[in-house]
Amino acid sequence: MPIVVNGQSYETDEEGYLTNRTDWNEDLAKEMAKVDNCNLTENHWEVINFLREYYEEYQIAPAVRVLTKAIGKKLGPDKGNSKYLYELFPYGPAKQACKYAGLPKPTGCV
Amino acid sequence: MANFETPALREYPVIPLVHAGTMAHSKPFVAKPDLQKALGFPGELPENWEKQAVKKLGELVDESRALRVFLDSCVKCGACTDKCHYYLGTSDPKNMPVARQDLLRSVYRRYYTLSGRLFPKLVGARDMTKEVLDEWYSYFHQCSQCRRCSVFCPYGIDTAEISMAAREIMDSISVGQKYCNEIIGKVFSIGNNLGLPEPALRNTLDGLEEDVKDETGVDVKFPLDEKGAEVLVITPSADFFAEPHIDGLIGYAKVFHQAGIRWTLSSHASEAANFSMFIGSHENLHKVAFRIREAALDLGVKRIVVGECGHAWRVAYSFWNTLIGPFDFLDPRYPVPQHICEFTYDLIQRGALNLDKSANDDKVVTYHDSCNVARASRMGTMPGGQFIIPRAVIRASVNKFHDMEPGSIHESTFCCGGGGGLLTDDLMELRVKGAQPRMQALKHVVEDHGVNYLAAICAICKTQFAKVLPYYQFPMDMIGSVHGLVSKAIQLGTKE
Repeated sequence: MPIVVNGQSYETDEEGYLTNRTDWNEDLAKEMAKVDNCNLTENHWEVINFLREYYEEYQIAPAVRVLTKAIGKKLGPDKGNSKYLYELFPYGPAKQACKYAGLPKPTGCV
Repeated sequence: MANFETPALREYPVIPLVHAGTMAHSKPFVAKPDLQKALGFPGELPENWEKQAVKKLGELVDESRALRVFLDSCVKCGACTDKCHYYLGTSDPKNMPVARQDLLRSVYRRYYTLSGRLFPKLVGARDMTKEVLDEWYSYFHQCSQCRRCSVFCPYGIDTAEISMAAREIMDSISVGQKYCNEIIGKVFSIGNNLGLPEPALRNTLDGLEEDVKDETGVDVKFPLDEKGAEVLVITPSADFFAEPHIDGLIGYAKVFHQAGIRWTLSSHASEAANFSMFIGSHENLHKVAFRIREAALDLGVKRIVVGECGHAWRVAYSFWNTLIGPFDFLDPRYPVPQHICEFTYDLIQRGALNLDKSANDDKVVTYHDSCNVARASRMGTMPGGQFIIPRAVIRASVNKFHDMEPGSIHESTFCCGGGGGLLTDDLMELRVKGAQPRMQALKHVVEDHGVNYLAAICAICKTQFAKVLPYYQFPMDMIGSVHGLVSKAIQLGTKE
C-alpha cells in the first residue's frame, strides 16, 4: 500500500507504517495523519521529534514511561502523562506516533 | 473506533443464537517470505502443498499420541459448544470448539482413517483444498489456545493442541501469521519480542532507578547482566516498555530490594514470552527457551524467577525441564523455575516484606486468572496454588478485594480475548468480541462492589484489557499488574 506525497510514492506495510525509514519527511507525516483525520499540531511534533531522536540513538521507540517523562520535561508536568499522550494520539501513543514518525510498529505484548 | 458492533453486556450471561459465517472474514496479516524463512519455514507455497500439508499432519499425529486421540475421540456431545469466549462473543458456530476441531479432524479422517478413505462423505471427511486452507487460516486464528473448552470436555480434548498443530502445518507450507512470526524472528535477531536492543534496555532500567528514587528516596536497583547474582529474572519485554506492565517490574525490583536478594535481568534472555508455542513449533520453542539456559549459566545464578507472563509460565513450569533442562546447576532448595508471585508470597509468609494495605485504599480490586497460568500450570505445592497464591499476594497488598463470579475464574476463567498470538490490531474485532464474557463478569463486580482495578499477571492480558476496556465503557487504566499493587503497598526503608 504505497502512500503518495508531493507526487512521490512511498512504500508502506499493511498497516500504513513506512517500509523504508529513510524515506521519511514532514509532509509524509502530515499525510499519514490526514488519513487518520488527525491534524498535527506543535505538540504532536514534540512527540514525533522526540521519538525520532530516541530511535536514532537506540534503534527502538522509547518506553511509554520514557516518552511521558521527556514530554513532561519539555512541555510541563501537566503533559507528562499517558492521558495527555492519548489525547494527542487516540490510537495509542506508541503505535500511532511511531507511524507518523516513520518508525516501525512496536511488536510483542504491547 | 472500528467498523463493528461491540457486543452488549447484559443482566446475566446469555448464550447467543447461532449466526453462521459472522467471522468468516476475520484473518490476520500473512507473514512475508523473509519472516517465514527466518524461522526455518518455506517462503513460498510449494507446488504440491496439499500433499505436503497432509504429510505434515500425518507426522504430527504419529509424533503425538495426544493429538491423535483428540482427533479420534470426539463423540459430538456438545458440552464444549457454549464454552469458548469467541463463540459467546461472535455467535459464529465455527467458533464452537467442536467445530474448530472438525476443521482439522475432517482432513485427518480423509487421509488417516479407513472409513474416511473409503466413504468420506459419510464420516465428514474432506480433501485438503485451498478452501479448507483458507478456513483453517481464519478460524485457527480465532482460537486463543486458552483451553477453557477442554475443562468441560468429558474426553479432555484439548482444542489448543489442535489449533497449534494446524498452525504448524500451515507454517510448514509457508502460510504463517505476521504478528507471531515477526516477533519470534525478533527474539532471534535482537533478544526479545519488542526488538529492544541492550543499550535501550539499559537506558530504560536506568530511568526506572531514577523514577523510584525520585518517588521514594530509596536506591532500588534494576540490575542488568550482573554476574554472580543469586536470581535471574526472566520477564516479558512488555514489562520494560508498556503501561501498566512497567509498574509490575518496579514491584519486582522493590520486593528484591526489601528482601535483600541480589538479582539480575539478562540482555541475552530479555524475554520470557515464547510465541513458538502459539504456532506449535517445537524447534523454535526450544531455540527461544534455550537462550534462558545460556543466560543462567553465563551469569552463574542459583535461581530463576519468571515475571508476570501467562504463557511463559506454562512454558517454564510445564516444558523447561525437558526442553532446556536439566537444571542441576540451580539451587535445589527452591522451585525450578519459580513464579514471581510464589517468590513474593514466600517472602510475605516469612514476614520479610512490610506491606501497608492502606496505600491501596483508593482501589477495589478483582483478579483475572490468566488462562495459561490457570489451566496449564501450577504455583506452590498445594493443589490450586496458581489460584491461591496470586490472590494471597493481592490480599496482602490491598484491603478491598472481590472475586468475579465462580464460572468465570479459577480453572473456568475466561480468556482476555487476546491470547495465543491474537494480540494484534488486525484482529481487533475478534479481540473486542472475545472479551465479552470477561467484561460481562467484570460488570457485575463493578456494579455490586464498586471494583475499579482489574489485576492480572500476564502481559498479553494487560495490553488486551487496556485496549478493549474502553469498548465496554470501562476506563482503560483500570487494568494493572499484581506487582503494581505490591509496589504501592511496600514500605521501603523499613525492613532492609
